[in-house]
Amino acid sequence: METDYQNLVFEYRRAPDQDAAAVRHPVVVVGAGPVGLATAIDLAQHGVPVVLLDDDCSLSSGSRAICFAKRTLEIFERLGCDTRMTDKGVSWNVGKVFLQDELIYTFNLLAESGHAKPAFINLQQYYVEGYLAERAAQLPNLQLRWKNRVVGLQQQDDHVAVTIDTPDGEYTLQARYVVAADGSRSAVRKLMGLDTQGRVFKDRFLIADVKMKAEFPTERWFWFDPPFHPNQSVLLHRQPDNVWRIDFQLGWDADPVLEKQPERVLPRVRALLGEDAEFELEWVSVYTFACQRMAKFRHGRVLFAGDSAHGVSPFGARGANSGVQDADNLAWKLRWVLQGLAPDALLDTYAHEREFAADENILNSSRSTDFITPKSEISRIFRDAALRLAKDCQFARRIVNSGRLSIPTVLSDSPLNTPDSDHFDGAMVPGAPCTDASIRHCASAGWLLPHLGGAFTVLVYADGTRPITAELLGELRELSSGTTPCRALLVLGAGASVSDDLSGISVLEDHAAMVALRYDLQAGSCYLIRPDQHVAARWRDFSIDRVRQALARAIARPPGQLPGPPASHAPHTELETQPAFSTAQTVHTKGAESCN
Amino acid sequence: MQLNTEPNLPNPDAFYEALIEMHQDLSVADSQMVNAKLILLLGNQIGDMDVLREAMALARKGITPAANPAANPVASAGSEGRTI
Repeated sequence: METDYQNLVFEYRRAPDQDAAAVRHPVVVVGAGPVGLATAIDLAQHGVPVVLLDDDCSLSSGSRAICFAKRTLEIFERLGCDTRMTDKGVSWNVGKVFLQDELIYTFNLLAESGHAKPAFINLQQYYVEGYLAERAAQLPNLQLRWKNRVVGLQQQDDHVAVTIDTPDGEYTLQARYVVAADGSRSAVRKLMGLDTQGRVFKDRFLIADVKMKAEFPTERWFWFDPPFHPNQSVLLHRQPDNVWRIDFQLGWDADPVLEKQPERVLPRVRALLGEDAEFELEWVSVYTFACQRMAKFRHGRVLFAGDSAHGVSPFGARGANSGVQDADNLAWKLRWVLQGLAPDALLDTYAHEREFAADENILNSSRSTDFITPKSEISRIFRDAALRLAKDCQFARRIVNSGRLSIPTVLSDSPLNTPDSDHFDGAMVPGAPCTDASIRHCASAGWLLPHLGGAFTVLVYADGTRPITAELLGELRELSSGTTPCRALLVLGAGASVSDDLSGISVLEDHAAMVALRYDLQAGSCYLIRPDQHVAARWRDFSIDRVRQALARAIARPPGQLPGPPASHAPHTELETQPAFSTAQTVHTKGAESCN
Repeated sequence: MQLNTEPNLPNPDAFYEALIEMHQDLSVADSQMVNAKLILLLGNQIGDMDVLREAMALARKGITPAANPAANPVASAGSEGRTI
């Protein structure tokens, strides 16, 4: 019998902290939604003890964020729970756009093969949170405390004092850092007197999740001005358990209370499905939205992530997906700082990079919304002109905007990047998230991405045109056993052979020449890849000095200072953080260890 | 300035006549739709965002918004949204 995640109630348990005076923890994460859970799991499985607080005792109410993007699934893989998500979720790559009752174009979000994950899965948010919560429960150094509401917050020089209300009354604990992942109505943000700025859109939308046996294909269908809902838009998505999400645009004048009543909702659904359709309403919600963000995602020792920091329209699925990218960006930086491997300034780059990403998401989301909901008569005329042209003209299909679906931001202006000094073609520029590729490892088929991430990785490509020297192998091994965790990965193209001792170096076979193509590799080409799988630097030739300099830059170390734990950032033993290469590390590198 | 504001049409009178004829017998609403489609078609033909921005700025030059401007600021022109 499958767990009923929708009605699951988690027990409040009294924590030993409640009977002690202000116990200090390395990290307190506020909010056990997808972003808070992802952050906490990432930290905990890398040896950083985490306290995760949630003011409630249940998972997402309603299906809410249902579209989880390829990048999110890649991140969940590193968190050890992607398989359950993809097994349960409905995978899709294709979207269709209709004008009135006519199909005007079809798009495929993942037209090329050679990726482990689909472009998207649709999965109710309560499943995502449920699977993450179960993963969290496996980690002994992650304490998930339900019914713990943050009611006070005070920043001190070396910690934040967090006051928490529980069914047993209040208690206080100390955190070196607080991650506020407590949603769009963030209590932490309010307690700190901070706000968000942006645009509120004057439109209302109705979500009707209906349970039915239907023949629609597993695709995203978007209608402009359909005969069954004239002058407005409608979006249809399939979810697991025979549930279908129907999103009706209602207009600003719609009454949000009245429109939720079944007598209003049922005729709208019947108009789409037909009078004889048999279905039941699973969840109904009327919503409005804003595209907005906090001016700064970092305030001292408090870091904002997910909806607490930024908000977008639902079109494009950029809310939860960008929040999980926040978690991915933040977790390794917190770990590096807490373990004394990087200066506190590395956390400033979290804010810098993710504010940049939020701006990109807000820009895309605002443009989609302006197309779907024209704000003036002339805007509507151009919108309709583009739609009408799209039936016959390819170019106009690219103008039609029913949502630009979430793809991870290329952190192109990050201070952590080492700018290119050599020429490369393709998409893997410094700041780009690494793309997947089919590889062979230990004589069996696999994927590239599981071999990257968790730690820094230095990837070197070799093929038959140049011998792999003992000097190169020696220097790679030197990097991998250095003070800053950095794995060495050798990617072998056609004709490459290695006979030397490869202990300490992972080896992948680029059997389909896909890694070489997607990363524009030639013999000797070298990439430095961050723990969150973003490209930090790349060169045509490997040089240990340049890798070390790029590594120092990628952890925000001041110029001239090479990686290594300086005295001022020695690990804080009282926090009981484990060394950077702990046993937990194998969670990420399993399958990535050398088989030689 | 990349926008060509020097004469480029071999027969300006014929162009102008064709433009007016395009709207023959249309209501104002239909004419607006036809104009909008024409602008989209020509924009794609030009295909150069700098030229198009210059043309847009020149077209709007000297025209002040009425007392009741649309309250919504236009999303700032930054990096292009990636089309999927």
